[in-house]
Amino acid sequence: MRFSAFRNRAAAALVAAGLVAALAGPVLAATPKDTLVQAWQIDDIISLDPAELFEFSTSEIAGNTYERLIGYDLQDVSKIFGVVAESWTVSDDGKTIAFKIREGRKFASGNPITAEDVAFSLQRAVLLDKSPAFILNQFGITKDNVKDAIKATGEYTVDFTMDRPYAPSFALYALTSSVASIVDKKLVLEHEADGDLGYGWLKTHYAGSGPFAIRDWRANEVVVLERNPNYSGTPAPLARVIYRHLPEQATQRILLEMGDIDIARNLGPEDIDAVAKNPEIRIQSSPKGTLYYLGLNQKNPILAKPEVRQALKYLVDYGAIGDTIMNHLGAVHQAFLPKGFLGAVNDTPFTFDPEKAKALLAKAGYPDGFTVTMDVRSTQPVTGIAEAIQANFAKGGVKVEIIPGDGKQTLTKYRSRTHDIYIGDWGADYQDPHSNAQTFASNPNNADNATAKTLAWRNAWETPKLGPEVEAAILERDPQKRAALYEAMQREVMETGPFVILFQRTEVAALRNNVKDFVMGPSFDNNLVTGASKE
Amino acid sequence: MNLEAPAADHDRTRRGARAALGLAGGLADFLLTLAITLFGLLVVTFVIGRVVPIDPVLAVVGDRASGAVYDRVRAEMGLDLPLIEQFRIYFMKAITGDFGRSVLTTNPVIEDIRRYFPATIELATLGTLIGTLIGVPLGVFAAVRSGTLMDQIVRIVGLVGYSVPIFWLGLMALLLFYAHLGWVGGPGRLDIAYDYLVTPTTGLLLVDSLMQGQMDVFWNAFSHIILPAALLGYFSLAYISRMTRALVLNELAQEYVVTARIKGLSEARVVWRHALRNAAVPLLTVIVLSYATLLEGSVLTETVFAWPGIGSYITSSLQNADMNAVLGGTLIVGAAFVTLNLLSDLLYRLLDPRTR
Repeated sequence: MRFSAFRNRAAAALVAAGLVAALAGPVLAATPKDTLVQAWQIDDIISLDPAELFEFSTSEIAGNTYERLIGYDLQDVSKIFGVVAESWTVSDDGKTIAFKIREGRKFASGNPITAEDVAFSLQRAVLLDKSPAFILNQFGITKDNVKDAIKATGEYTVDFTMDRPYAPSFALYALTSSVASIVDKKLVLEHEADGDLGYGWLKTHYAGSGPFAIRDWRANEVVVLERNPNYSGTPAPLARVIYRHLPEQATQRILLEMGDIDIARNLGPEDIDAVAKNPEIRIQSSPKGTLYYLGLNQKNPILAKPEVRQALKYLVDYGAIGDTIMNHLGAVHQAFLPKGFLGAVNDTPFTFDPEKAKALLAKAGYPDGFTVTMDVRSTQPVTGIAEAIQANFAKGGVKVEIIPGDGKQTLTKYRSRTHDIYIGDWGADYQDPHSNAQTFASNPNNADNATAKTLAWRNAWETPKLGPEVEAAILERDPQKRAALYEAMQREVMETGPFVILFQRTEVAALRNNVKDFVMGPSFDNNLVTGASKE
Repeated sequence: MNLEAPAADHDRTRRGARAALGLAGGLADFLLTLAITLFGLLVVTFVIGRVVPIDPVLAVVGDRASGAVYDRVRAEMGLDLPLIEQFRIYFMKAITGDFGRSVLTTNPVIEDIRRYFPATIELATLGTLIGTLIGVPLGVFAAVRSGTLMDQIVRIVGLVGYSVPIFWLGLMALLLFYAHLGWVGGPGRLDIAYDYLVTPTTGLLLVDSLMQGQMDVFWNAFSHIILPAALLGYFSLAYISRMTRALVLNELAQEYVVTARIKGLSEARVVWRHALRNAAVPLLTVIVLSYATLLEGSVLTETVFAWPGIGSYITSSLQNADMNAVLGGTLIVGAAFVTLNLLSDLLYRLLDPRTR
């Protein structure tokens, strides 16, 4: 047949394409036993320097690779213990905390950890003045006075002096945050360029003393940790931990089921339900200090009416959303302090009640409802919650026009206070209640050009009564009295504030069954692989 | 007296001079086109970067920074300068090859491009190879069997390639070939066990591993690239086979084909030696354009297969208003596009004497 020659050549071309060879190529399954591989969306990393890092992913990495002066018990966060510090005392005037540093400990480089390193690390964070520096600035420590405020008083003693006698727990919790990580002064200064305190180098390198050391970071690709051979505590069972950037949930699930990763960190509710049925996989979860909420801009005259704010709080079907979109991913929570924080209010007075909401709207002068826009980040579960709320609000006659956008886009609009309703999430910066109280209940200057862009400011909510209460609470040294102050503030914000607080985030991970002792703490920087192992 | 020889020499010299002039003119044309295209890209991307409603300072300082830190970083980034001044500074740096640093990766943009672009080149090249090696014969086959069931099947295959979302197809392919059959490697360029074994030279893993004699790494990289490449190849195939069919059909209707058949040439010779050869000239442009499109980076394919390519790099940079990265990436991709177009023009001239 004339065309047989063509067919033969076409077949030859197919063979030449190498498909057959490819399909027969070797494929490895299962990860090495001494290596833990996690799939995680880690494209938020912009720096590995503890003075600058502030994202979920880098906070976790710092938690496994750097040590701080102190830490807290993950089961009972009120119990604070020394890490690099052996002990500490608070001066009679309540302004100075004197730390005694443990002797004989080393950095990964082999250099000893001394008081000089501790003072340098904290001073450096203030002097570099990157985003998380405010955590130390709030104790009255500035670039100008930092060398006096934080100083080594001996080879193994450091004084931390504040401008006011703050509640000790407030200062101590702040010192558990990643900005207070202890860096290797000698190593960092060896890489100093133009007086940058080693910033240019440490952005992409490592100078810590934690159970793991950072070996490699390839942006949008991978972070590799290796066991620190000079770690002063119990050595990590794993030799290596790899965070692979895998943005797609479904891809994470496939890789987990295949055994090519050990832990999937970004699965959605449907994927979690599906993999939970796999006998080789288990689900692990932990409540986090992150809240999902609606911010109601008080520049919008309708939303500025107290009855409207109240009505919208009765127009969310918390239970239904919690059982569906937020299943596995969060629990209903309506106060600004997440469960687990000192003074957190855990009761949920608002339920879905369209009739009550309609009555409140009628009282406000909107018996037929009104129309508002909602800026929504195009990512789950936020989009899902927004769509559900759109349907809920409609039951009260409130028509919501959803404006989708990328994260930075919606945030830009939010920070310029040009939104009507913004749906977002907020994670506490450290374990002390002041972190959230300050942002939800304090707005010292409601002018458009104000420097403090708290959440209260972003929603143009003036806080003449609550603001001073927030400031007073950080000076209350009695924990019980302090807890009572925060409780009162939360109830006030729940009742009158421009926030419809919806859920407290639950972080969920799906793990292969052979992974043991992976810890998920209340904060992102205490998701720990330091004791994890594989059978 | 022989006046012919000097005249012929003179002609040859004139022809040589004309050819040299033509070449120089062609080169000048190319450089001018490249310069105008890149300048246009620079202006458009710069303007887009400044009008998008995303605050680039947020990408650097995050949401929690104090007002003082925010203002300082804004000034450091030069965003407080007039727009025209910002453009002048960027332009002066860009023409010296300094695209600045990426905010997201902290690396110089040119270094990032050196890392991400080879991953895309490797994928696009293999994809185009697959698309061409299968698409061209399929297109010829469909043209020869025009109107038959086989022709319809080829057209449907092409249509499916055009219509099915690559994101979905990618996931299905992963499920089937990786998860169920275990024939290919999973997402990413390599298995973890093979990471760090090859020192990047060209950035093309297949080439680097071969050059360094790391056959294990080569085969592992091949098992990872083949699925996304086959997927992209399928999409190229859809386009290439349709165009091949149309071009060959057109040639088969020409008189010279009838003449060739009357002369008693075999059908295969008529199709492959005559019809396809004449169709090859425009077909080459089709293939080169298809390749250039893949070189822009297929964001969805790169996302599904966790492929660290230029498409994802530019997209995530844009989402974070990391404008140095967006501008640098766009310019490099633009330059590649223009160069490939020129290459296709040159090949066109080489293959088709009428265009010389």
